[in-house]
Amino acid sequence: MKSKLKIFFFCFVLAWLFPTVTVHAEKTIYTYNYDFWGIERESPDSYRAEVTVMGHSLGIGDFKDPQGLFVRGNLIYICDTGNNRIVVLKKDTEAITVVEEFGEVGGETAATALLGPQDIYAAANGDMYIADTGNQRILHIDAGHRVVKEMRKPEDETVDKLSDFLPVKVVADRSGRTFALAKNYNKGYLVYGSDGIFTGYVGASEVKFNMVDYLWKMVSTKEQRAQLEQFVPTEYNNIALDKDGFIYTTTSVFDENELLKDEAKPIRKLNSMGVDILIKNGWYPPIGDISWGNAGGVTGPSKFVDITALDNDTYYALDRTRGRIFGYDFQGNLLYVFGGLGNKLGYFQLPAAIEHMGHELLVLDSKSAGLTFFSPTEYGSLINQALAEYKRGNYDISSEYWEKVLMMDGNNDLAYIGIGRSLLRQGKYKEAMTYFELKYDDNNYSKAFQLYRKQWIEANIGWIFVLFFLAVLLPAAAGFVRKVKKEVEEI
Amino acid sequence: MMLINNKRKNIRALAETLRYSLYVITHPLDGFWDLTHENRGSVGAANIIIAMALLTQLFKLQYTSFLFIKIIWEHVNVAQIILSFLAPIFIGCLANWGLTTLFDGKGSMKQIYMAVGYALTPYVLIQFPMIFISNLMTAEEGAFYSYSITFSLIWCGILIVSAVMMIHDYSLSKAILMLVATIVGIMLIVFVLLLFFSLVSDAVAYFVSLYKEIVFRFY
Repeated sequence: MKSKLKIFFFCFVLAWLFPTVTVHAEKTIYTYNYDFWGIERESPDSYRAEVTVMGHSLGIGDFKDPQGLFVRGNLIYICDTGNNRIVVLKKDTEAITVVEEFGEVGGETAATALLGPQDIYAAANGDMYIADTGNQRILHIDAGHRVVKEMRKPEDETVDKLSDFLPVKVVADRSGRTFALAKNYNKGYLVYGSDGIFTGYVGASEVKFNMVDYLWKMVSTKEQRAQLEQFVPTEYNNIALDKDGFIYTTTSVFDENELLKDEAKPIRKLNSMGVDILIKNGWYPPIGDISWGNAGGVTGPSKFVDITALDNDTYYALDRTRGRIFGYDFQGNLLYVFGGLGNKLGYFQLPAAIEHMGHELLVLDSKSAGLTFFSPTEYGSLINQALAEYKRGNYDISSEYWEKVLMMDGNNDLAYIGIGRSLLRQGKYKEAMTYFELKYDDNNYSKAFQLYRKQWIEANIGWIFVLFFLAVLLPAAAGFVRKVKKEVEEI
Repeated sequence: MMLINNKRKNIRALAETLRYSLYVITHPLDGFWDLTHENRGSVGAANIIIAMALLTQLFKLQYTSFLFIKIIWEHVNVAQIILSFLAPIFIGCLANWGLTTLFDGKGSMKQIYMAVGYALTPYVLIQFPMIFISNLMTAEEGAFYSYSITFSLIWCGILIVSAVMMIHDYSLSKAILMLVATIVGIMLIVFVLLLFFSLVSDAVAYFVSLYKEIVFRFY
């Protein structure tokens, strides 16, 4: 009997030792999000690709390698780099029409042709700022294409006199100050005053010093040293303004090991001093994909090429590596990821620029030369509304939206936390704790628990005192009685 | 009658040796000396303490507040946790015994195992209550939790060092040197085991493929 039991036990242990085989289904999802553990969670589509507009469908000939995109009101400005022209489109409720296309500036009298313009920015009054890359200048023109001012290579000691000045991205603030990015300029973005005179650089990222690299440099030869990466600050690759005039920048030059430690900072929100003030309260820093494998020859981390900040302070970054769009809210929480590389509607070949029109998103693909329009689905707009109400301080209304979100997607972490917050404000601490615990929200859970603990102690203080006195007084009383008894017996 | 009396006596003796662990952890040098030289400890008590430590380890995962320990339950393998707790203890005892026998250590295998068991007492005494206390704490009070956990581990470490000193009659420096060597020994044993298993599985695979080949030929 005993030996049988032993054999059974042995088999039991043996069975334990063999790992179970897990089966992974092939992923066919379009939209996903990362949970607390950094695991991809399927999500309902938050944005739907409506249509891709090509040049020939507008009757102006196909775009060629378009790089720049800007939206002001319902006007869409496209820098058709390969065709040396600017195309302005207008989107109405029913159709997208061409407003104008031009390849020359200066009006009728002093016309000069654009050469490979890479970016455009349109001011509220119709003025346009064009990064006329091939002509090594940044142009400020009015609505009639007359040149207001021309910004050229900065006359500064720090700039190499012989090198070309290749402005690639440009934006301008309300007062006419112009911010531009130029190729091979790594001291931040260039600032031109409203008079067109170069005033300086802002927003250079600090150069990080790496001890290990330094030690390597000490032992390596001169030739090896030349091959090593230089200690240079990162160069931004795009720049965008939000509604308050803060500048969002993206960069794709970083060491991929620094991403998860939040040292690379591929997305930055710079204030006027050039200091990064992006809020990062999400599970992971806003770096795009958390884990990156090798699939179909696509490797490496997400590399953002453009960013756009909506009026509700959510921002969307465009990833060139996998053609994905990453949406983040104003707290740095990842809302959803969608898109991909491919030839279908809603996928891209070489995405170059992203802009927003209200809650709609526009993505310009430089290789397929198409402009794709995305509009929020019911799920996406519920999230947007919930965030907007939360921002306004209407936590209870926000929680109602979150509950609707939760009906569609049980994996949405923000929904749980949003509902928990509202419960916390209503004083339902216990319920709030359940919601926070489900999504591992330490801080909010602690807040709720602290209040719950206080409430519990206040409610039960009577019992606690009674128990305490019983525990302390009874033994003392018993000892006293025993002592008295003993004394009595002695007498 | 006699049998029951004997059993009762045994249980009382076990309880006595178990209670002796409280003396050991507060007076490590004296305690570990008497543990082996005065026969005041027992293997049974060491077994109980190790089992309790294992239970603590398991309960910790389930019942500690999520503020301090977060777990992906899909990835938890209880067998793995049990083995990764017990295997270092047993292999460590083995490696220590093997090494100390060579370097004139006085302790036997049984004594080493007993000492390790007794040295784990603070682990149980501190970490087990902390499982429940953690549920009464907020994230800001988490420092208290992490301090007590660290404290229990440091205490265990000190106990193990003094256990090695007393059981093998070593000086402090020699004891620490032996502990480092033991860790190397553990790695060596694990390496040999892995080598053995991979060779065996290769051999098995050879015969399996041979069998398959024959089956394919004749059917």
